[in-house]
Amino acid sequence: MKILLEHIDKPGIQSIDGYIKNGGYRSVEKALKQLSPDQLVEEVKTSGLRGRGGAGFPTGMKWSFLDKKSDKPKYLVCNADESEPGTFKDRYLMEHIPHLLIEGMIVSSFALTAKTSYIYVRGEMMYIIRILEKAIAEAYAKGYLGKNILGSGYDLDLYVQAGGGAYICGEETALLESLEGKRGNPRNKPPFPAVWGLYGCPTVVNNVETIAAVPWIVNNGGAAYAGIGIGKSTGTKLISACGNINKPGVYEIELGLPVEEFIYSETYCGGIANGRELKAVVAGGSSVPILPKNLILKTANQDARLMSYESLSDGGFISGTMLGSGGFIVFDDQSCIVRNLWNFTRFYHHESCGQCSPCREGTGWMEKVLHRIEHGHGKLTDIDLLVDVAKKIEGKTICPLGEAAAWPVASAIRHFRDEFEAHVRNPESCNARHLHFETAMSH
Amino acid sequence: MENLLKVTIDGKSIEVPPGTTILQAARQLGGNYPPAMCYYSSLKDTGGKCRVCLVKVAQTSETNPRPMPKLVASCLTRVEQGMVVENQSSPEVLEARNGVVEFLLINHPLDCPVCDQAGECDLQNLSYEHGTEGTRYEEQRREFNKIDIGPYVQLHMTRCILCYRCVYAAEQLTDSRVHGVLNRGDVSEISTYIQNAIDKDFSGNIIDVCPVGALTDKTYRFKQRVWFSKPFNAHRSCAKCSGQTIAWMKGDAIIRITARKNAFGEVEDFICNECRFEHKQLSDWTIEGPRDMGEDSVISANKYELPVISPAVNVDAKFVSE
Amino acid sequence: MPFTSERLKQFEEIKKRYPEGRHKSALLPILHLVQEDHGWLPVAAMDEVAEVLDIKPIEVYEVATFYTMFHVKPVGKYVLEICRTGPCCLVGAENIIQYLKEKLNIEEGETTKDGLFTLKPVECLASCGTGPVLQIGPDYKYHEHLTIEKIDSLIDELRSKG
Ligand SMILES: Cc1cc2nc3c(=O)[nH]c(=O)nc-3n(C[C@H](O)[C@H](O)[C@H](O)COP(=O)(O)O)c2cc1C
Ligand code: SF4
Ligand code: FES
Ligand code: FES
Repeated sequence: MKILLEHIDKPGIQSIDGYIKNGGYRSVEKALKQLSPDQLVEEVKTSGLRGRGGAGFPTGMKWSFLDKKSDKPKYLVCNADESEPGTFKDRYLMEHIPHLLIEGMIVSSFALTAKTSYIYVRGEMMYIIRILEKAIAEAYAKGYLGKNILGSGYDLDLYVQAGGGAYICGEETALLESLEGKRGNPRNKPPFPAVWGLYGCPTVVNNVETIAAVPWIVNNGGAAYAGIGIGKSTGTKLISACGNINKPGVYEIELGLPVEEFIYSETYCGGIANGRELKAVVAGGSSVPILPKNLILKTANQDARLMSYESLSDGGFISGTMLGSGGFIVFDDQSCIVRNLWNFTRFYHHESCGQCSPCREGTGWMEKVLHRIEHGHGKLTDIDLLVDVAKKIEGKTICPLGEAAAWPVASAIRHFRDEFEAHVRNPESCNARHLHFETAMSH
Repeated sequence: MENLLKVTIDGKSIEVPPGTTILQAARQLGGNYPPAMCYYSSLKDTGGKCRVCLVKVAQTSETNPRPMPKLVASCLTRVEQGMVVENQSSPEVLEARNGVVEFLLINHPLDCPVCDQAGECDLQNLSYEHGTEGTRYEEQRREFNKIDIGPYVQLHMTRCILCYRCVYAAEQLTDSRVHGVLNRGDVSEISTYIQNAIDKDFSGNIIDVCPVGALTDKTYRFKQRVWFSKPFNAHRSCAKCSGQTIAWMKGDAIIRITARKNAFGEVEDFICNECRFEHKQLSDWTIEGPRDMGEDSVISANKYELPVISPAVNVDAKFVSE
Repeated sequence: MPFTSERLKQFEEIKKRYPEGRHKSALLPILHLVQEDHGWLPVAAMDEVAEVLDIKPIEVYEVATFYTMFHVKPVGKYVLEICRTGPCCLVGAENIIQYLKEKLNIEEGETTKDGLFTLKPVECLASCGTGPVLQIGPDYKYHEHLTIEKIDSLIDELRSKG
């Protein structure tokens, strides 16, 4: 079942003519001419669509929180900052089928009564920005954007904004700060963007993939969408698979697909590369807990683990993880969990905005300790120190980057403590292929 | 009269107007209110950053008896009707606070013995109460060079805890802010970026709002441990500010002028640069009498040996007993 | 170094994307253009941006130093921004970075003596399935599936362009 990528291989799909030829922009006609904004919000609620940016918050509910009674302008801001390690689905979608996002932005903006909307794209994806700008110009030319769209009386302007290189700007309030031309410092919440967002106005921030699912829901109805997938994990999800697999890439799966099938089937990852064995998976972007082979393929109760919000988090953080952003990172039996954890922790250290003390100081502390362990200067007490520092960050910070930094540490030590101990006791014993490459700690 | 909201903190209740934060309510209650290293009630938008004020909301409100899922910053979280808060009474809060204090200290130099702020440093006081002996931090500490930012202020960035107070103070009290926070993460720093002087009028207040010894007064004459000098309420008539200050004296010499702070360590009335930096003669001021620094202060608590003051000053003798 | 009239016109166009009084939003897009002109962000240029947007110079410095794409110090003509994050390392990014260091005879963050190349490891570029990966401004084209051979020909090509 394909919803987002159904037409991805059609010739000319990148241009508006090719896109329209394959049924594109029908949802704009339908939404603006036949439906009211509130009906659209209801339809999205019915669909059970959940945010695809990582947190999985029900989109219809988020939309209904928007303070529509406010006399201030309302904004829809699309989060195309995609910077979570392991995640590259939004880039793929915007590159190959940009009009799907534009179409989604138009109907979603209409549902939210926004008259100006922005797509915030990470600055590194400059070529994607050019693709989107071109697509937007085409949509204006065809009357899907601008004044009195399709004679409906609805006006909408849509702009692309470039970021400047900062993972934290994926956090929605940091993104809004950045869009206001400031440092990407996340805001304290409440107030939430639905009440106090861009320029202090009611705002919804949604991920690219979330917005891209809306046209299908408008065309086919929320109930039809809810019929796809499993339980509260409705619809399809883009999974970007990478690491030691035969076929890295972006796959659209129906939620509920068994993890084992996803990893080993030729339709998806095609098994572990170079004939090696599976060791561990980070299933939802670098922030979610890592799981060893036995727990990623089966839950603690020995049920098959499925690609769904519920199944992946089955067992909580003791034996489960999260679907997160859909960044699926596969580790083979030759990869070093310690080195990877140091690498991930360096990432969070580098990307912390530095506003709040637990995250600013804690991420750097963890990185330095892990660097020592990885480079043969660790002590056994360092392992518990790491667990404790992670615990003291978690839940104490302004934004969830604190958790994002703490969970990988806590989970890697929970499931692979012996590997950390081995690095302390006998650093030479690590036969992982990376160890002889010294990467300097740098900023 | 607006409807007052009842909030209970560590078992004690108080009624406060809507909009009051947990921290403000707790301060009104007195006793052991949460500490605050970044929030500053008279500076807009401060707070939420240092996380030392975290508390547990055990009951969100009368109508929503559920606890809040995470600890919250008491300096920003507003009271609701029937809210129940745990501060000192919650081991979880104390553990979190100890953790935050540890984070604030790992990159802080252990140079209290040579720091001008010693004796009036909020971080020093905080770590007395919430610190543990020794440190678990074995890595290299962050260091910066000491720099002069203009004729009046010295910046010792190594000591900064990035509370942002000085940035908001410069933004809100002076006509043009020339310093800010540069870079990001744990290499963030307070700086003017270019060799710029901070000498806009009222900029001297950044010294008083700094909770640590990162911003200090360059005109502080014969730098002294604070407890060797003696604070007096003083005033002069000033066209720009209230002229109400504290004159710190050694013998009969004024060695430094600061604004007056309230019981929560916050400036009551921001003072102009002229009062702060330019008037160091006794004759410039009317001395009202010794300043009561509150019981907790090392300056009055006899934690340190106080020098004998010779009040060759026109003050009422009854104030000068100690 | 005043901006060309074409640039100034572009700046005005960008400012129109935002509501009245919110033109500070144009800061990041404008800084990208200024960096395109200079290769980096000299103080004088940042001060002029402040003037264009009617904000304080420190507001520009604060932003420019926050975001990693902006170079606030001179850099080589080609800044090789290569991903150093976990997923790319699983497919050999560390080897490629090491190779680049040896080939260009510089450390991370340094510039070659001829001023041509700066090696700047960066974090995940959302290209983890096609790593190792690097990009080079100002168009930031992605060079994916990097191998030693690809690096050799890329460096040769850039050297011959000069
Ligand atoms: C540190 C951090 C980084 C994030 N990065 C992204 C991102 O790159 N893209 C994204 O869509 N959401 C990201 N998020 C989640 C957003 O804050 C937000 O929840 C999301 O954009 C909401 O859209 P959705 O409901 O459609 O998922 C990030 C969150 C955090 C805390
Ligand atoms: S210099 Fe002082 S006031 Fe300014 S941010 Fe640092 S600690 Fe806070
Ligand atoms: S005082 Fe509340 S977070 Fe700093
Ligand atoms: S890890 Fe290199 S692009 Fe994602």
